[in-house]
This record gives sequence, structure tokens and C-alpha cells, in this order.
Amino acid sequence: MKLTFTIQGGDFTHAGHPSSEVKKVLKQLNIDNKIIKNVVIALYEAEVNVVAHAYSGTVNVEIDENKITILVTDEGPGIPDIDLAMKPGYSTASKSVQEMGFGAGMGLPNIKKNTDEMWLETEVGKGTKVKMLNYFA
Amino acid sequence: MKLREIAAVLNATISCGAEKLDEEVEMGYSSDLMSDVLTLDTDNLVLITGLVNLQAIRTAEMADIRAIVFVRNKKVNQSMVKLAHENGMCLLESPYSLFKSSGLLFQAGLKPIY
Repeated sequence: MKLTFTIQGGDFTHAGHPSSEVKKVLKQLNIDNKIIKNVVIALYEAEVNVVAHAYSGTVNVEIDENKITILVTDEGPGIPDIDLAMKPGYSTASKSVQEMGFGAGMGLPNIKKNTDEMWLETEVGKGTKVKMLNYFA
Repeated sequence: MKLREIAAVLNATISCGAEKLDEEVEMGYSSDLMSDVLTLDTDNLVLITGLVNLQAIRTAEMADIRAIVFVRNKKVNQSMVKLAHENGMCLLESPYSLFKSSGLLFQAGLKPIY
């Protein structure tokens, strides 16, 4: 099964819609609740990253019998130093993002924590790709 | 602790999910930072927050949190109630501060996560 969503940079009102839809689908598939929570928290963090930092993004979800793979691709500023961005507490988020309850520098580390595998590819001035994989068992 | 007792202790009004008031929650977590809420491994908890926006509801949705108390007399809006209702959540509004709300609930036996 494949699902695709688009994300607009700065649009906090709709942030979480793709995660919400993925949650519904996984529930229908009777996936373990703990795994669903891991998947949707990781996706939600990735969505918030796009909304907070990028101009636009897409979410591509692929679900098969054993696993879910999610690719979040954005057009945005990219990440100059990945090691720094992965460090808990490091953030470049604006004050307006912090007012929304985010921008604490926990997003990428929390994606790593909630996925079985995570890949990050970024090019400064172009954008960032985050691929997340969770197994169902 | 029943949500009904939490509402009573906090002198709270119920803005969504009145039918959930007999549900039990074991723990409480107070934060205005949703990033921190998303790092919790527990889910049988009530979130106590002064952050009144749609993302507080979304965060609770993703983290499987079924009840939120909004403190400092903040009022939830229609789109928050709609999203909370879709997700079967209970929303409470308390006139008390985050500190007072947390203190009263701790005293009444609600457990901290850490």
C-alpha cells in the first residue's frame, strides 16, 4: 500500500494530518499499538521539521506485510552539520516555532529513537530527505 | 485517578469528552513543550499544559494521550475540540496555574512519570 501527502512550510494548522492518516491505516491493519505510536511520533516529528524549517515537502509512505517505510523529502535550507542537528537540545528553530511548542532540538534524535532504521540525506540550499523504517514484528 | 476527580480538584470545566470522565489515568505530565511530550514512553497519562493550540491536540493524538488539562484559564477553540472529539479525547480547562494544578494533582495521588 502506498500513500502520499504534501506539507507546506510554516503551515502549523495542518501539521500532523499525514501522521493522523497513517495512524488510522495502521490501526485498521491491526498493527501493535506500541509500533503504531513509534511510527506516528517519528513521522509527526519529521512533519514538524518540514513545517518549521522548509518551504515545502512530501511524505511517501509504503506499507507491506512486515514493515512501513516513510520518506519525507523537503525543499528547504538543508542541514549544514548533521552531527550537530542530531545532538539532543541543538536547535535552529525560530521563536514562532517555539511558541507552537516545538523547536527544542529533540526532533531528529526522537525520530532515531522511534524508528528501527533512519537515514538522513541533506544538501545545503536544496533540501533534506529523511527515510524511516519500522518493522511490524 | 478518575478524570472526574481531576476535574473536581482543578475546578475545571469540561470542553470535550464528558462521557470519558469515569476513565482512569495513573500519571500526570506538565509541559508547554510538545517536543518533550513526544519523548515519553508512557501513555496512560493526563497532559497538563498552558499551550493552547491545535498542535497540543495533535501531540496527544500521536502519543496516545487521552486527556489534556489546559491551565491558566486558557480556552480551547472549535478546531481543537473537533480534533479532540475525533480522537476520543477529554479536554478540561482549569483557572489555576500550571504549578498549582500540578501540585494539587500530585497531592491527590496522581503519579509523576519521573
